[in-house]
Amino acid sequence: MTCLPAKVDKTLGLVIDLDTCVGCQACVTACKGWNDQGYGVPLSDQDPYGADPSGTFLNRVHSYQVEVADAAPQIVNFPRSCLHCADAPCVTVCPTGASYKRAEDGIVLVNEDACIGCGLCAWACPYGAREMDAAAGVMKKCTLCVDRIYNDQLPEQDREPACVRTCPTGARHFGDLSNPQSAVSRLVEARGGYALMPEIGTGPVNRYLPPRKKGAGLSGPLTALVDLPATGLAGWLDRLLGKL
Amino acid sequence: MHPAPSVILFTVLSGAGFGYLAFLALGFPAVAGWAGFAAWGFGYAMAVSGLLASTFHLGNPQRALLAFSQWRSSWLSREAWTSVAALTALAPMALSDWLGLGLLRGFGLVGAAFCAATVISTAMIYAQMKTVPRWRDWSTPVMFAAFAVAGGGVLAAPPVWAAALALAPGAALILSFRRGDGAFAAAGHSLGSATGLDRLGQPSVFEQPHTGGNYLMREMIHVVGRRHAARLRPIALLLAAAVPALLLVILPVPLARPLAFAIHLAGALAARWLFFAEAEHVVGLYYGKRG
Repeated sequence: MTCLPAKVDKTLGLVIDLDTCVGCQACVTACKGWNDQGYGVPLSDQDPYGADPSGTFLNRVHSYQVEVADAAPQIVNFPRSCLHCADAPCVTVCPTGASYKRAEDGIVLVNEDACIGCGLCAWACPYGAREMDAAAGVMKKCTLCVDRIYNDQLPEQDREPACVRTCPTGARHFGDLSNPQSAVSRLVEARGGYALMPEIGTGPVNRYLPPRKKGAGLSGPLTALVDLPATGLAGWLDRLLGKL
Repeated sequence: MHPAPSVILFTVLSGAGFGYLAFLALGFPAVAGWAGFAAWGFGYAMAVSGLLASTFHLGNPQRALLAFSQWRSSWLSREAWTSVAALTALAPMALSDWLGLGLLRGFGLVGAAFCAATVISTAMIYAQMKTVPRWRDWSTPVMFAAFAVAGGGVLAAPPVWAAALALAPGAALILSFRRGDGAFAAAGHSLGSATGLDRLGQPSVFEQPHTGGNYLMREMIHVVGRRHAARLRPIALLLAAAVPALLLVILPVPLARPLAFAIHLAGALAARWLFFAEAEHVVGLYYGKRG
């Protein structure tokens, strides 16, 4: 049923730290690796070794440059995946009931056996979280690794999404964002975590932690050298040459 | 947005088809016998071929019947119901006109209402998209309705009305161009709000997340056709509205109708291509390319 649940028991989601993400793409690879053989049809590639490679991914890492007032410009690596919105427009537009939001944990999933591949849910998503698989003709999206997080066949430390488990810098966190005492909620509180494009009104669950403030910027790459005080022999030469 | 030929054909043909069927249902023109069979058959053929074209863009069309299940929340599902309801409700009227059964026009009224509901449901599939500010406007259902009324009217409206109705899509197009052109900016979404990096400074794309294309870029970031928009707008206005209206005024109406309708359809296809090609999706912001 594509009506949204009136109430969800939990809101599981991700918290992504833009300060520590180094843009290594490990989460992209781990996501593709796990979801290629788990929930639903594989994530296919088209012409992977040819001139025009293309494929289905549930997680993409963008890279932005930010001009900051009174500070040096910054590079921000920006992972983008499903935000498991409270008011998910991708669910209500679905004509077949394939797209749904779970009442027990808020995860937005696609029942691929009912998906006709009309693509309307991907149109409705502001975040580009859904990609139609070109081989299977069904919509693929982040499942929050629903086949890992409840899987008691896995060691306990592996019962989290593959992207979170693999992140080498600890930039990705997983938990219940409806519980203010959870580790992820406290992290969001402490670091001023925010939602993406809140003005579009989809009520995303995932939060992003902003990059921390860096020190004052330099006016040019060689500015630091201008006032460098020279000592010893170099200092004597500096003074001598300055007098010429 | 990618202007998929199947979706353009679907919306244009079914729009004109349901428009024409609605006129026939209301008794414009009053048809009987084999002329009635031909007229109703043409209307049904357009509406049904449009609906069939829509299944060509599905990844798994064999499951299309499931699309009837979510009428409570989905406009696409509602459209499935209203289109089948219209085609079913009009059948007794069509048979009555063909075989002279003398059924009351009231039956046709119900079918015409379902035709209108189908056209509006089609339009609402697009008008509901907050992600495409150009579409999310009341002018979208107005435009779809205007095209249906003109498509049917050129073929079937009383001679004095046909030329006036042919002008309706022209007015609707001008309205949608005027309201749509500033819609993306007015919606207020930016790379800054999309990434939240506006709290840090002024963001721009440093490097794309992937070197090849992907579904999002092919489907929602259509930049190729936008170049031709300036030329296509006047062509669409002329072919969809001005030329058909002129023909209906200067030529004898029975002669003008098929010619005007053919030209109107060509204009409707151009206008619908523009409807998709000019629409910008907010996901383009993440790629540094507006929709």
